[in-house]
Amino acid sequence: MNRSRRLAASLAATSLVVLAACAPPEDNSNDTTTESGVSAGEATSADDFGGMDKLIAAAKAEGELNVIALPPDWANYAEIISTFEDKYDIKVNSAQPTAASQDEINAANDLAGTDRAPDVFDLGQSVALANTDKYAPYQVATFEEIPAEFKDPDGAWVNDYGGFMSIGYDSAQVPDVTSVEDLLGPEFKGKVALNGNPTEAGAAFSGVMMVAIANGGSADDIAPGVDFFSKLKQAGNFIPVDPDSATIESGQTPVVIDWDYLGAAAAANVSTWKTVVPAESVVAGYYYQAINADAPNPAAARLWQEFLYSDEGQNLWLKGGARPVRGDAMAEAGTVDADLWGALPEVSGTTVIPTNEQTETAGAYLAENWSKVIS
Amino acid sequence: MADDVVRGTGRRFAVGPYLALLPFLGFLLIFLVVPTVTVVVGAFQSGDGGFTLGNVRALGSDAAVQALWKSVLLSLSTAVIGAFLGALLSYLILTLGPRSILRRATLSVCGVLAQFGGVTLAFAFISLLAVNGVLTLALDSWIGLDIYGSGWLFGLNGLIVVYVYFQIPLMVIVFTPALEGLRPQWREAAVNLGATTAQYWRQVAFPLLTPAFLGSLLLLFANAFAAYATAAVLVSQGNPITPLFIRSALTSEILLGQANLGFALALEMIVVVAVVMALYALLLRRTARWMR
Repeated sequence: MNRSRRLAASLAATSLVVLAACAPPEDNSNDTTTESGVSAGEATSADDFGGMDKLIAAAKAEGELNVIALPPDWANYAEIISTFEDKYDIKVNSAQPTAASQDEINAANDLAGTDRAPDVFDLGQSVALANTDKYAPYQVATFEEIPAEFKDPDGAWVNDYGGFMSIGYDSAQVPDVTSVEDLLGPEFKGKVALNGNPTEAGAAFSGVMMVAIANGGSADDIAPGVDFFSKLKQAGNFIPVDPDSATIESGQTPVVIDWDYLGAAAAANVSTWKTVVPAESVVAGYYYQAINADAPNPAAARLWQEFLYSDEGQNLWLKGGARPVRGDAMAEAGTVDADLWGALPEVSGTTVIPTNEQTETAGAYLAENWSKVIS
Repeated sequence: MADDVVRGTGRRFAVGPYLALLPFLGFLLIFLVVPTVTVVVGAFQSGDGGFTLGNVRALGSDAAVQALWKSVLLSLSTAVIGAFLGALLSYLILTLGPRSILRRATLSVCGVLAQFGGVTLAFAFISLLAVNGVLTLALDSWIGLDIYGSGWLFGLNGLIVVYVYFQIPLMVIVFTPALEGLRPQWREAAVNLGATTAQYWRQVAFPLLTPAFLGSLLLLFANAFAAYATAAVLVSQGNPITPLFIRSALTSEILLGQANLGFALALEMIVVVAVVMALYALLLRRTARWMR
């Protein structure tokens, strides 16, 4: 018996060695040093590279950029990525385009040290603020123009684009929507969809928040929102379909509660699509842009930031219906695409942006109650 | 082993069989032992790595209990439906005789369909039964029948229908050999002794088939209980079943730091399967007692 036991032990050891051998080799591109002697992974501005030209050269030398969780039809990311690729001749590897924010952090942890790890993040608020130790601080050339409430003072994260929670609808299929309450009407039977599961996805969470505020709740009290969806389901109006451009175009989801820029972009092929931000509950949300501290392509990651916060990058987001963070400054300077800026849905009323604590409290309530109501 | 030592050739004889097993044992270690240990350890760890019972306690929350209950309901109902319909189908195709083309075709098709679960199956049903599905539109235009309702396909009822689609063929595959094992001579013997058809089935065939039937039922239960991809594609609202609850715990951008709750939920699933297997072993021992 002894022998077999020893065999089992050596077997376990062998397997571990084999496993270890399978571990990916360390990536060395982090060692690129810049002209100023700082490694690219620690550069906090283009100046550390010796100017934009040097940054571009360093990024081109890396030749690749790993992005993650950027859906092509989300805030115009398809065009943003292809423009960046063409402009700088850098290949963009877009992993898991439909993944959630937490998946981005998980991927950074799981793939740390490999050349497949994400270089940059685009995160929802709660995930972004819970992982600030994973970011490399970096200040883009236009950093000063970004309002203080939309950035970390060192540039560890910077809000990139945002929008308002809205009700998008196909005016050819349903009557005009002016308030959240309208959705309970019999004309909306089997027609109302929410973009995702609010216990998982930021957009859906903000959707329930918007409905809550419209029904007497507040950022501190999301319960009326859950009650409303319960009524919506009982009326047969709520459909548990995850809306995207395909379901909108095929007419499966004639009414979609989502960020205004997502709904608008998804419905690009539906000419009768309208987007309304209900005046009684204006919920805003911004996404967070950050550089992975362990980025395998640190220079390309920094060039990506410079590109996103340039006039060109900001206008590309605007083209996707999102409100770029420098939008107001660019409108003043006249560098914003005026047609697109003017075409954004009208917003009146008090804007609510739930804080992290409010999100946590509301999230805990949803975890307990959402499944009960909806499934 | 003692004999080996006497013959002095122990090393060669003892190591040989183990060597052949090596790849299998390595496979078990990597894909069964390591994940199981990871799950068990993770279930009792807090976010910062310390010991906690909080994750296991969180399994008692309403939402988690509901998810488990619905998981069991889904697995049990599709296993029972699949087992009965599958057994019936096996019987029907066996009566066709070994040369029947229909029989061979059915068996081949079942071999394919039993593995058809997952994303493709979910999309197949969406294109058949969802709001713009082929059947939905056809029935609506022919007789004005609305089979879409308000999206039952995307809830628990939808999962039951879709799961049965791969449960029945699986049952046919695993149960047909047992049915084939029933020898015509046994029936002839029973008839010679004066048994009616009903008596033959009740007193000879059913007792013979019961262990195989229960074994297949268990396989079907585990098959449905562990299925993830099909449900993940179909259900986007709420977390009606435990596998989707685990997804939510791992990927939520609203409720952070729940990875260890995910481990606890996985541990809960392991326990359920272990309990079912233990019950099965007990049942088997009882029903097969006369065979010994």
